[in-house]
Amino acid sequence: MSLAYYPGCTLKTRARNLEEPAVASMEALGLKLDEVSGWNCCGAVYSLADDDLIHRVAPVRNLTRVEKQGKMELVTLCAFCLNTLKRANLLMKEDVEKRDTLNTFIDEGIAYNGEVKVVHLLEVLRDEIGWESLAQKVKLPLRELKAAPYYGCTLLRPREVAIDNVEAPSVLREFLKALGATPIDFGESTQCCGSYQIISNPNDISEYARVILSSASSHGAEALILTCPLCDYNLGQGQKELSKKSGLGEVPLLYFTQLLALALGLDPQVCHFELNYGSPESLLMAKGLLS
Amino acid sequence: MNIQKDKHSQTETAVKEKGQQGVRLTPIYIMGKRYEVPEGLTIMKAMEYAGYILVRGCGCRGGTCGACGTVYRKPGDYKLQVALACQKTVEPDMYIAQIPFFPANRALYNFARLRAAPEEVFKLYPELFRCVACNSCTKACPQGIEVMDAVSALKQGNIAEAAQLSFDCIQCGLCASRCFGELAQYHMFQLARRIYGAKIVPRAEHLAEMVKAVNEERYDRFLDGLKQAKEEELKKLYQEREAEPMTAGEDWRPKDATYL
Repeated sequence: MSLAYYPGCTLKTRARNLEEPAVASMEALGLKLDEVSGWNCCGAVYSLADDDLIHRVAPVRNLTRVEKQGKMELVTLCAFCLNTLKRANLLMKEDVEKRDTLNTFIDEGIAYNGEVKVVHLLEVLRDEIGWESLAQKVKLPLRELKAAPYYGCTLLRPREVAIDNVEAPSVLREFLKALGATPIDFGESTQCCGSYQIISNPNDISEYARVILSSASSHGAEALILTCPLCDYNLGQGQKELSKKSGLGEVPLLYFTQLLALALGLDPQVCHFELNYGSPESLLMAKGLLS
Repeated sequence: MNIQKDKHSQTETAVKEKGQQGVRLTPIYIMGKRYEVPEGLTIMKAMEYAGYILVRGCGCRGGTCGACGTVYRKPGDYKLQVALACQKTVEPDMYIAQIPFFPANRALYNFARLRAAPEEVFKLYPELFRCVACNSCTKACPQGIEVMDAVSALKQGNIAEAAQLSFDCIQCGLCASRCFGELAQYHMFQLARRIYGAKIVPRAEHLAEMVKAVNEERYDRFLDGLKQAKEEELKKLYQEREAEPMTAGEDWRPKDATYL
């Protein structure tokens, strides 16, 4: 069986360490991620200006093309792409006037009405595969790895597009448990990483990183588990600067898909650890998960 | 096209007189003015017929140089259409405007030092990420290239895909003229094709071997023989040559393999 899959631009360049382990893992789980053809940028960010329709064109064109290919469910992997696509989809479902304007402009030969269901890979693991059956497929349990789930914003906010309980999400915790790891809850797991503020206020980013990472660390986390390439960039860069300034150690940042591939016993090469911040290899070796 | 109106241009009456001699005329509008021109002419020839002298920017007249990008509309249709003036034949009531040149940003780079990495393209053309996927570029392409998809490929770091999708680009610039994000797609694609051709595609080893053979003067005596041959002899050689049959397969070899 295969799933219609939307990768996103960053996953093809900087965040290959998020995508490649996911593609390999899903194949191992018997649900192949089948990249849709003719996809373009998701729009990068969902504009908050209500009448800024030109920036809705990119996500809606993607969804329109997916429907034209006869696919009614679209799996995303990047948390930011999920957010942008899902919010644009909601607009197409609910706002008749803007829908008509967009359909007329997009001009792809069909009128799109928001009928494609946009989901995140974590939802596929939770709702279609299930934690128990995932746990049964684990070949290398991540025993003794104390990992702190970090959701950031885009999987959970706004409420209308959240993939889990907004206040108390559990999907990453359950995921880590299924892989045999010890999830570490901490208060900042749904705090914003600073997002695109990195462009206009780069100095604030290391402060966000300090608050989030020192909290995770003081709760006993050995690594922070991410779903979003922008969180990875902000926390990674912020942490790098902090450690330069204050000589603090770095908490390794890992994508959830890298842990999935490791636990399923796949070749660690697919994880591209060389693209990670804070060199997680030594931690994984110390835990006997990497040789 | 840079255009000048010919001082001795035909008047509209003159055009109509020709019509009375039996040529079917069709009305077109060049820069808003109505002309009647013979059916079946290309837009470029129709302009000349109407009295314009094309001084420069009219290019190859063979559909490959990209100098005669043209936009037009038909009455009652909001759709903007595009064509190459040297390729498209006139249609009744088309309103025509030429865009022989469009100012577009072209990055300067030392090609030898460029790596075959997406970041090189991002650095030289950061405006790439201003694309909003409006697809106006694709609609404006007289070559039928999926321009927006090639822009997407570049954003995704897929230089090979961008090079292949844009292979038929003739750099007319109509995409840039319509771009919401002010991109110069065709210059970006040229960079992609250069990187792809020089740094991604595997080198053709047989070509290097052949160049070596040529440099070692392996073919010089055959060529010298041809140079000294008389016209009659050359004609005879040409007429009696063994041609590759239309249906020849890849393993076809000529009977006389002296020159291989």
